[in-house]
Amino acid sequence: MALPNSEFKNDKNLIDRETVSKRIKMRLQMNEVFKYVFMAGLVFALVVLSTLIYDIVTKGAGWVDLDFLRNFPSRRAERAGLYPALIGTLWLMGLIIPIVFVLGVGAAIYLEEYAPKNRLTSFIEVNISNLAGVPSIVFGLLGLTLFVRAMALGNSVIAGALTLALMSLPIVIVAAQESLRSVKQELRHASLGLGASKWQTTFNVVLPSALPGIITGIILSVSRAIGETAPLIMVGAATFISTTPSGIFSDFTALPIQIYNWTGRPQAEFQNLAAAGIIVLMTVLIAMNSVAIYIRNKYSNRN
Amino acid sequence: MSWMKKSAVLASITSVALVGAACGNDEGNGATDGDALSGKVVMDGSSTVFPIMEAVAEEYSMEQPDVEVTVGVSGTGGGFKRFVTGETDFSNASREIKEEEAAQAEENGVEYTQLAVALDGLSLVVNPENDWAKDITMEELNKMWTDTSVKTWKDVRSDWPAEEISFFAPGKDSGTYDFFDEKVLDGADIRQDSQLSEDDNVLVTGVAGTKGAIGFFGFAYYVENQDTLRALNVEGIEPTHETINDLSYPLSREIFTYVNNASLKDKEQVADFARFMNENAADLSEEVGYVKMEQARYDENAKVIDEIAGE
Repeated sequence: MALPNSEFKNDKNLIDRETVSKRIKMRLQMNEVFKYVFMAGLVFALVVLSTLIYDIVTKGAGWVDLDFLRNFPSRRAERAGLYPALIGTLWLMGLIIPIVFVLGVGAAIYLEEYAPKNRLTSFIEVNISNLAGVPSIVFGLLGLTLFVRAMALGNSVIAGALTLALMSLPIVIVAAQESLRSVKQELRHASLGLGASKWQTTFNVVLPSALPGIITGIILSVSRAIGETAPLIMVGAATFISTTPSGIFSDFTALPIQIYNWTGRPQAEFQNLAAAGIIVLMTVLIAMNSVAIYIRNKYSNRN
Repeated sequence: MSWMKKSAVLASITSVALVGAACGNDEGNGATDGDALSGKVVMDGSSTVFPIMEAVAEEYSMEQPDVEVTVGVSGTGGGFKRFVTGETDFSNASREIKEEEAAQAEENGVEYTQLAVALDGLSLVVNPENDWAKDITMEELNKMWTDTSVKTWKDVRSDWPAEEISFFAPGKDSGTYDFFDEKVLDGADIRQDSQLSEDDNVLVTGVAGTKGAIGFFGFAYYVENQDTLRALNVEGIEPTHETINDLSYPLSREIFTYVNNASLKDKEQVADFARFMNENAADLSEEVGYVKMEQARYDENAKVIDEIAGE
């Protein structure tokens, strides 16, 4: 006990304890201040979000019922539904997710695992990141020229899905690259050391470990895509349609278009219908996200 | 009223030109009641006309559930872009087709017919707190919407108070703007300090929230917001169903759909839909907030459709 004490006494001569305690006090105060600044940030975001949700739920909740989901749009608000839009959005989701998964993960694996680390590769990577910031309407124009006109897909679900997939790809690629990069080098070495080929290593070791991060990226970007109106209007999606898609080449409409159309109507009841439409869209998104989170957790637990 | 004549002349020229072509074509007979039709009817165009066409399509799909009707809202101009290449069967328009659009259609060999479906009255609205302005002349409108030296209501008419004016107008891509441009602005640019919005509900909120505001949009938006807005009489005439219907309200306008003649002739479901639309447009347009035309106009349309469809 004597030894540390004597050392402590020595320190006392070297350090001005008063200054130290003053500084520490200031740092702790700063710490407190920033804690509240950050908390205020969170509270602000939550208040705005909950006001928005409160507003939408109070306006729209009374309008959401089975008929609303089953009926076609109508000039009479009480008879109107969003069945074709809901089915159209489900079709879009069903097409976008596999397209984005295959193309996005494929591109990321190539860039991370195979591509030589040279200027061309980094040039491509910079451009992919930039693409993530391009306004959605531009992708709409691209979709119109490439898919609707040049590939002659017309105003079909597949043309809409490809356009939205293209829009989601940059974020998916960047997210997938990040999560591939964070897979430990040792895992790769162990696999290669056991005699597995590069492809076997990538497919059986690296990809499963990176999957949770990849899925997060896909959830984020596809959720954004599903809420887009502008690119779909550009590719000529209908606003009213008397049938639901029977295949990938059918005409279609989607929830955001239906919601947008209702908000523009003069009659107040249609504004409520728009709110009800938003509730349905949010439910679809939450359902999709839950499935994705379930898959993500399943894979995370494996490691 | 020269624009009315112009459109009537245009419609008759196209129809006369096609009577010859339509003669001897007898395949349209199948489109009678009771026959189940199939195929597609593709419409695009103005968001102003959309509510009417949505209602028509809604009713039509009960009669012919196997016909796939799609109605888009690319705007009048956007709709014509697709129409002149023959992509769509109908193009809804809140103004007449422009010369350059007509030229493109001709270049692509697309022949079409203009059908007026209903009437709308462009309504000039002010805040209910505005207790001075009751009516306004076309000349005053032109002055206040183009001359930026006009700052207050006093500058428009000397016995009005010096309350500052805020201007609210639909976006320049809309047919409503085009119509206002033609009738009121007379080719001059709309004043730079006016607030433009593609969403008419934004205009409603703007005028309802600003004491000195003035704005304009379709009659339906005024009717639905009568408790928060007041409409001005133009040249002493109040915008009502009656004054719009008999065209005495100076800013009455027709809204149209253009039909591709080849579709009308060759596609049974398009001809059937066109007839159905024309028969029901009067009632349905009233139901969604527009004003029907005189019955004689619909009868004329019916004749034109029959001539081209060949029945």
